[in-house]
Amino acid sequence: MKQWRAILVRELRLSLRHGADTLAALLFFVLTASLFPLAIGPAPETLGRIAPGIVWVCALLAALLPLDRQFGADLEDGSLDQLLISGLPASAIAAAKVVAHWVVTGFPLVLTAAPLAVMLRMPLEAIPALLAGLLPGTLLLSLLGTAGAAIVLGARRGGVLLPLLVLPLTMPVLIFGVAAADAASGGLSARPHLLLLAAMLAAALPLCPLAAGAALRGAVE
Amino acid sequence: MLRAEGLAAFRGERLVFRDLTFLVPAGGALVLAGANGSGKSTLLRILAGLGRLEAGRLLWGDGDLADQAGLVAFVGHQDAVKPGLTVAENLGFYAGLSSTPSWSGLTRPPLSHGPEVVGSNPTMKGIGRALAALALTDLADLPARMLSAGQKRRLALSRLALTTAPLWLLDEPTLGLDAAAIDRFGVLLRDHRARGGMVIAATHVPLPMPDTDEVRLS
Repeated sequence: MKQWRAILVRELRLSLRHGADTLAALLFFVLTASLFPLAIGPAPETLGRIAPGIVWVCALLAALLPLDRQFGADLEDGSLDQLLISGLPASAIAAAKVVAHWVVTGFPLVLTAAPLAVMLRMPLEAIPALLAGLLPGTLLLSLLGTAGAAIVLGARRGGVLLPLLVLPLTMPVLIFGVAAADAASGGLSARPHLLLLAAMLAAALPLCPLAAGAALRGAVE
Repeated sequence: MLRAEGLAAFRGERLVFRDLTFLVPAGGALVLAGANGSGKSTLLRILAGLGRLEAGRLLWGDGDLADQAGLVAFVGHQDAVKPGLTVAENLGFYAGLSSTPSWSGLTRPPLSHGPEVVGSNPTMKGIGRALAALALTDLADLPARMLSAGQKRRLALSRLALTTAPLWLLDEPTLGLDAAAIDRFGVLLRDHRARGGMVIAATHVPLPMPDTDEVRLS
């Protein structure tokens, strides 16, 4: 546990030192979402209808941005070797990376989503459902993204491969996340969709770190 | 005691060595020699648990080397130094990462050299001592990206002064070091072996280390 915390603290400290990289994902989220009113016009009824979809797709893409360096820097400078011989299981190392990604990127995305949804004229009663979906949703993105980042590690053009690998896996997350917000704005219960997101999270929580751990072992060989 | 029996390994599609057998007693040192590409780094990575063995066994005492955590410290080609952290933070991270001492029955006495550093807790003291062991104390608060290649190397080697691992695996450890740093590194190696620690090093230049065995890979 002490070792695990040491990795997490180091990850967070590095994110703090490279503040520009950390903020880039968040600014990307805000900027891409702001493009939609410009592209399709500011009419509240159209914009409000598709606002949940805009927020979710932009959050998805923004969460992918920092994944490229999730393990890449550690592999290049030899830190990954040191992490793997520390005696900690590789899946625990991956889990620390997942938590770091969520704290640095996922959770700030949830916080930014609320003002963004208001800006996109989303019905106010649907915003709690949107955020309630984004909370497990961003965690799922961190989990799936970290597993994907570990799998493409060491591959040539891994940065291009990563979205191709991760985006299909995140489709169910997107579908049920948007469905929850849509249901709430239509006056229906968002509960079943949120429960399905929670179920996916329950499955991904043990599986993704295990997959990422196996991939990390393979990458250093 | 480390015993290797009938090791064989591939790198890519090529068999780099086979039927490799050696023994390192407590306090012993083994130098891996051989031309470029003869498998020295491959062997070190396998010993560190980072590579895959095609055949053979690696035994530590009576058990398998791979089954026991915290036995090895590895300094590879890359220095594993984070440019965004200071020298002391880099070292502090590895202090937190090193697992509980597994030094077979022995407790590690403090290093016998370097000025006594007064710190708030044992970890801080250990870091201060490790920095002093390779004359990095003055650079402690400098971001690691400001370090020269040789200074980064010294920082990587100072991890050895921090670890409790009995088996040190070193891949060309003196690359880029100046004469003074090599002397300090020699002291580190001598103390480690005096405590019963073992060293396996791949190198092309003589190391500051007496009484070594040699394995020549071809």
